[in-house]
Amino acid sequence: MNLSELQQHLLAAARRNPPGDQVPYAFEKRVMARITANPPAPAAYGVWLAWSRSLWVGAAACTAIALITCLSVPARADDPGSGSSFSEGVEQDIMAFTDDFDNAW
Amino acid sequence: MEQSDAELIAAVLQGDTASFEPLVARYSPRVFATARRYARRESEVEDIVQEVWSKAYHKLPSFRSEAPFEHWLMKVAVRTCYDFLRDHQRNRESNFTDLTEPENDWLDSFVRAPESANDEADAARLLVGRLLGMLSPPARMIITLLELEDRSVKEISELTGWSVPLVKVRAFRARSEMRKCLQRIAKKKYL
Repeated sequence: MNLSELQQHLLAAARRNPPGDQVPYAFEKRVMARITANPPAPAAYGVWLAWSRSLWVGAAACTAIALITCLSVPARADDPGSGSSFSEGVEQDIMAFTDDFDNAW
Repeated sequence: MEQSDAELIAAVLQGDTASFEPLVARYSPRVFATARRYARRESEVEDIVQEVWSKAYHKLPSFRSEAPFEHWLMKVAVRTCYDFLRDHQRNRESNFTDLTEPENDWLDSFVRAPESANDEADAARLLVGRLLGMLSPPARMIITLLELEDRSVKEISELTGWSVPLVKVRAFRARSEMRKCLQRIAKKKYL
């Protein structure tokens, strides 16, 4: 038996015979009875949705403020008279830390 | 004059629950047709459809009017049907030992002359139903959407919420699973 062919025939049979779309009599009445007997109403759900949305808006605003703040802080300018650049200053800070670390041990 | 979906939805969201009924009447045929692909008993089909409408009502505030209401409703329906399959997967058919006589006859005629097998026969339709009943929930969902409803991978991804790669992987596994089920039939019946 060619199983692939059998599979194709069976799937073709299913495609040719789609299920019916008949709706039982007064079905919508039963749905409405269930809905009205079982709140919550959409408005209550909407309160929680609005709250969660406002949290996301707040998070986006805070992120934007943080980014603007970081970008607006001026970088340490190189001072030609001091004889050291920003990168040398960072290196000195790091070495000072490690010196302290060595002294602690 | 018949109100549009947008008008009815707006009325429901403003507290007019009765405006939901025309939506139920309008789209229940489509939802029933979908549910009948996944459940055999009419009582189960009705339960699924009631659950779909209940979820649709409670999730209505999340509906975005960019897409038609029917598309959104179908997502709710497909996901509810998938939940049903998962809840009832213990009842999956495990073998073909209780084939009816027409089904046996159809299989015999297929073995003798595949090209003349009648795909429109009720027996073929029943056999497919049994075969789909043997599949795991993801496999059954994928085979139904991909092969029977002829949907694209992207559409299936949107309906189910699965990513496109996951749909493709599940499609591959579903076809393999279906072949294994058919192999079991062949072994049981003809060996």
